[in-house]
Amino acid sequence: MNNTTPSRLEKMLAAGHLAVTSEVGPPRSCDGSVIEQKAELIKDYVDAVNVTDNQTSVTRLCSLAACIRLKLMGLEPVLQMVTRDRNRIALQSDIFGAASFGICNILCLTGDHQHFGDHPNAVNVFDLDSTQLIQTVRLMRDEGRLLGGHQFEHRPQMFIGAAANPFADPFEIRVPRLAKKVAAGAQFIQTQCIYNMDKFKLWLKLARDRGLTERVAILAGITPMKNVGMARYMKNRVPGIDVPDEIVKRMGGVPKEKQAAEGIRLAIEQIQELKEEEGIRGFHLMAIEWEEKVPEIVERAGLFPRPQLN
Amino acid sequence: MIKAVPKPLEEIIDLVKDFHKVLIVGCDGCVTVCEAGGLKEVQVLGSSLRLYFTQAGQRMDIDETSLTRQCDQEYLDQLKDRIDHYEAVVSLACGCGVQYLAERYHDKIVYPGVDTCFMGVDLERGVYAERCQACGKCILANTGGICPIARCSKRMLNGPCGGSEKGKCEVNPEIDCGWQLIYDRLKILGQLDRFEQPVDPKDWATSRDGGPRKIVREDLRL
Repeated sequence: MNNTTPSRLEKMLAAGHLAVTSEVGPPRSCDGSVIEQKAELIKDYVDAVNVTDNQTSVTRLCSLAACIRLKLMGLEPVLQMVTRDRNRIALQSDIFGAASFGICNILCLTGDHQHFGDHPNAVNVFDLDSTQLIQTVRLMRDEGRLLGGHQFEHRPQMFIGAAANPFADPFEIRVPRLAKKVAAGAQFIQTQCIYNMDKFKLWLKLARDRGLTERVAILAGITPMKNVGMARYMKNRVPGIDVPDEIVKRMGGVPKEKQAAEGIRLAIEQIQELKEEEGIRGFHLMAIEWEEKVPEIVERAGLFPRPQLN
Repeated sequence: MIKAVPKPLEEIIDLVKDFHKVLIVGCDGCVTVCEAGGLKEVQVLGSSLRLYFTQAGQRMDIDETSLTRQCDQEYLDQLKDRIDHYEAVVSLACGCGVQYLAERYHDKIVYPGVDTCFMGVDLERGVYAERCQACGKCILANTGGICPIARCSKRMLNGPCGGSEKGKCEVNPEIDCGWQLIYDRLKILGQLDRFEQPVDPKDWATSRDGGPRKIVREDLRL
């Protein structure tokens, strides 16, 4: 993979380092300092910071504004962008806006249905889907063209990412779907949080067998469990997340006050195990409302200090 | 066909309560098939309203009729000699019929008596399911005969999303994942190769996004 953009994340991967990304969720208010505080906690431990885009369809401070704040702090944001709320006019406009601030990583997502969020009565857009958003960013970057055909000079230098969920059904479609996103132009992948290691490794093997891991950098998604309640909730209530019984049992097998520590230990073990897997190029830590634990996980997983790039 | 459901009686009572002469007009087309607005439903609604207003001690003359189709001028014309007799009309046709009736008799108050829901099929009596969103550019040839626009909650053209679980949609386990259905059918048809080719952004101009639509078939015009 040759460098195509000014992205530090891209350079880190190109240099052969295991990349570490994490995420901050913006607040449900206009208090921008929340983003800065969360980012402050993790900034020395990650190469880039994703900012979620109204995740689970709950209205929050917008991803683009939050990314600009991170950029102004000297951090490397990954702009998450869902196609649920904006049509191709707004999406391309926001990509121009992001690039105008030097934001050079984008994660292209379709987004959760608004049914889950705080405005279930809203209209949804879905003018494009995630694959088509990837195509769109690539068109803008590589051909200097909008979907409507307009040619422009200053191209958005975006390192293009996408999500992959090896645990959704049908399983046999998951690698072909990854292939489709790669064909569309995805350069890095951040996976759904992994708990079912066997299934994940099988997915990775199938991706490897097709040569996909040579063409796209896969960052394994890791979400530490805070307690057994969270494990049960994710197992039973969150679509597309696969939590095996052993994990629930393990979390429930320690006293309540030690469950958080057990969750951290589990996350670190997962990272250690996946580090050995061919085709894993880094980790995406989604410590949901638990950003303060990211430094500890990165450190104990042997991923600290972060390599310096020239 | 177009699928509709009767509006709650209270809602219709509220619409007509200030009048004394009301005509209920059914439609013998789609709404008859889904038992929401045919002659039978007209009679049920008429009886219910008469009962309500009699008990309320309010004079209310209600007449009932049904037309072959309310989306056709020729049949709407059949009301022309009697419609002036009424202060208001309740149409049990789909939204198209209600509007066309109001358009034909533009000085008459016309209220809808059903909620028009979607274009769909009869799974069994009383159970209807959406199948088409009339996007104006049919892609069923490429998707195993199953429409992702009508049947994927996110109308993804490159699905399924990460929320598909055991063949069901993340929105509601009652909803089949449209892309699971597409995948299964493509597999049966030996067309799985179609799945891996990214589908370009769709031209929605032929859909409702292009504004209110109209078809002009020169070959059919008289």
